[in-house]
Amino acid sequence: MKIALLSDIHGNQQALQACLADAAHQGVDRYAFLGDLAGYGADPHRVIETVQEYVARGAVAVRGNHDQACYGDASYLNEMARTAIDYGKTVLQAAHLEFLKSLPLIIRDATCCFVHASAASPQKYPYVDSPAAAQQCAVAAELPHTFCGHVHEQRLYFAAQPGQMRLFRPTAGIAVPLPAHRQWVSLIGSVGQPRDNNPSAAYALFDSARPSITFCRVPYDHRAAAARIREVGLPESIAMRVESGY
Amino acid sequence: MATDTEAILSLQPGMVIDGFRLGDRLKAGGTAHLFKVTLADGAERGFPMVMKVPRVGRDQPAESIIGFETEAMILPALHGPHVARFVAAGDLAATPHLTMEWVEGESLAHYAARSPLPASEVANLGAALADAVHALHQQNTIHHDLKPDNVIVRGDGSMVLLDFGFAQHAYFPDLLAEERQFAAGSAPYISPEQLNGSRADPRGDLFALGVILYELATGELPFGVPESLNAMKNRLWVSPVPPRVHAADIPPWLQEVILRCLEPDPMVRYQTAAHIAFDLRHPEQVLLTPRATRSEAPGFMTQLRLWWRTRDERRALTRKPQVHVSQSPVIMVAVDTSHPDDERHAPLQWTARQLALLNLEFRMICVSAIRAASLGETGGVADTSSGLQLAHKARLRNWVEPLGLPPQRISLHVIESADPAATLLQFARSNNVDLIVIGAPGPSDAALAWWRSTASTVTANAHCSVHVVRLPTRPREDWEAKSVDQDSTAA
Repeated sequence: MKIALLSDIHGNQQALQACLADAAHQGVDRYAFLGDLAGYGADPHRVIETVQEYVARGAVAVRGNHDQACYGDASYLNEMARTAIDYGKTVLQAAHLEFLKSLPLIIRDATCCFVHASAASPQKYPYVDSPAAAQQCAVAAELPHTFCGHVHEQRLYFAAQPGQMRLFRPTAGIAVPLPAHRQWVSLIGSVGQPRDNNPSAAYALFDSARPSITFCRVPYDHRAAAARIREVGLPESIAMRVESGY
Repeated sequence: MATDTEAILSLQPGMVIDGFRLGDRLKAGGTAHLFKVTLADGAERGFPMVMKVPRVGRDQPAESIIGFETEAMILPALHGPHVARFVAAGDLAATPHLTMEWVEGESLAHYAARSPLPASEVANLGAALADAVHALHQQNTIHHDLKPDNVIVRGDGSMVLLDFGFAQHAYFPDLLAEERQFAAGSAPYISPEQLNGSRADPRGDLFALGVILYELATGELPFGVPESLNAMKNRLWVSPVPPRVHAADIPPWLQEVILRCLEPDPMVRYQTAAHIAFDLRHPEQVLLTPRATRSEAPGFMTQLRLWWRTRDERRALTRKPQVHVSQSPVIMVAVDTSHPDDERHAPLQWTARQLALLNLEFRMICVSAIRAASLGETGGVADTSSGLQLAHKARLRNWVEPLGLPPQRISLHVIESADPAATLLQFARSNNVDLIVIGAPGPSDAALAWWRSTASTVTANAHCSVHVVRLPTRPREDWEAKSVDQDSTAA
């Protein structure tokens, strides 16, 4: 079974549509949304509605910290992110917020664990940005394949030796085998706000039949997405980030 | 030990594992058991198959399991005639196995056992092995455990590489990156940089290729069979005894090729296996250096100097194998020496020069395909033929001279042929050429339909990229040609 993994969409409907079209073209059987549907971008409501449709048809989705900030505490976020959450509150209706509240923090299914930040204390949203953090995540997940978003970059950590994870930097478009007797923590990148100097939307494909992950990059009209951010009056720095992918 | 014995006993011919029926046991040594297998449901796969089952148990070293995993990751990603076709892999936790094509042929170890072999046979075997290694590097994979035991020679002389347990794929996580163990029995073939722990450089395989050539030519191993890691580290700087000391009839060109493969500094070695294959197929084109006639291992002072130079050196590549290979291209330039006045020579030379400037580690082959000397001429055919060859070779040398390229990067070939296009295509394919440079159809092809010209046939059928060099047509000539056409139609 081929599973499309999409995370950190951040209200970028253009990028989401591009990734969904690409995934459909790749013959995906299932979809998993790993959180942060809202925040930063111009169209959190549309993104939530799209994801709701997919969930109604069997997709899995977990909650991210920006989703939670839409109805809960946003004080810990930086000013730019808070401004976007305040904007989100003006376009999100009760039904949108109810959907976000209904999402679980973590889902375990077969060999896979889906979580926004880390399987180790998912409610605290820690960053998996080191082999040690990946190790904690894998231990807590207790499954071979863990998929996370949150860090906005595509990375793969793997159990090199007992109790020790190692970082591997994947190349887009290459199917990397993930044999199930080892633990793997895949950071799948951000659909709506990549931060690796490449504005192309990022997502990943997991093939459970012959366990492997393909990290994907999808070029889309990121200038239009940036223009939409300016159009609704969000901070210029958010628009520039979408434009340049820095 | 009990665990291992149980594992061996539990596998018997006739058993079905993961849809495969075990046939004859081929080997019960090393790190795996090998069985011939067929599909359990009786269906045909189209080729014979073999199943490799790793020995598991407490007495097995961890790296043999990691090696098995590594091979299971990499083999499915490889293709082509130089690897066994992947069929299936079993879950390591449940039914660990790796099932692949059974390649009919003779192990290169059998050839090594018969060594020393004549130079021509060493060259043939070496070129075929270099082809296989090159095909692997083009697929971004480094073997890291080349030795005669891991090579099968097919009936047609082509070679298949086995055992990817120590291999590295540039786009896959390297499970062995921090393992410092080496395959049993591989110590004589391991490169200096591999001993230093570097696994990212394809030129380590070229060193192992040099050790195999040395072994085939002399019947000896250049560094013996080292017993300790320290003894192995000698090869970080020690030059081997020149092959000709072992066998005086080894020609200088073969010694040149072997010792160049065995240079401790990878920058001084051949840069790609394709370049090695080329030299082994064209001994007359090997540029001889003092290596070729060295008659004793370098003296103490030279060794000391080498030691100083290589002591701290880490010259491993950071490029992916495929990128390295494509930056060390074999470029074939088709030069029409039968029409020395053709206007296309100047732009062809200019293009060849540009390509040489763009590539650091190129090899440029200039080929002239000439019409075979006809039987009707005076004198013996052979005389006429060699006379023609010499004349065209002189023109070719004259052609390449103004490019000012280093002689070791150039080779010149005159080939007699009734079908120049087919000859050029065949020559390009058998020499692992990456780029063909050829003039666009011109006056000599004018009588033929465009699709019959040499350039268009080569372009349409080449296995690699083709750079077609054309003289810009001037609008005025077009106009003149048209007006002539119109005149003739009117008349």
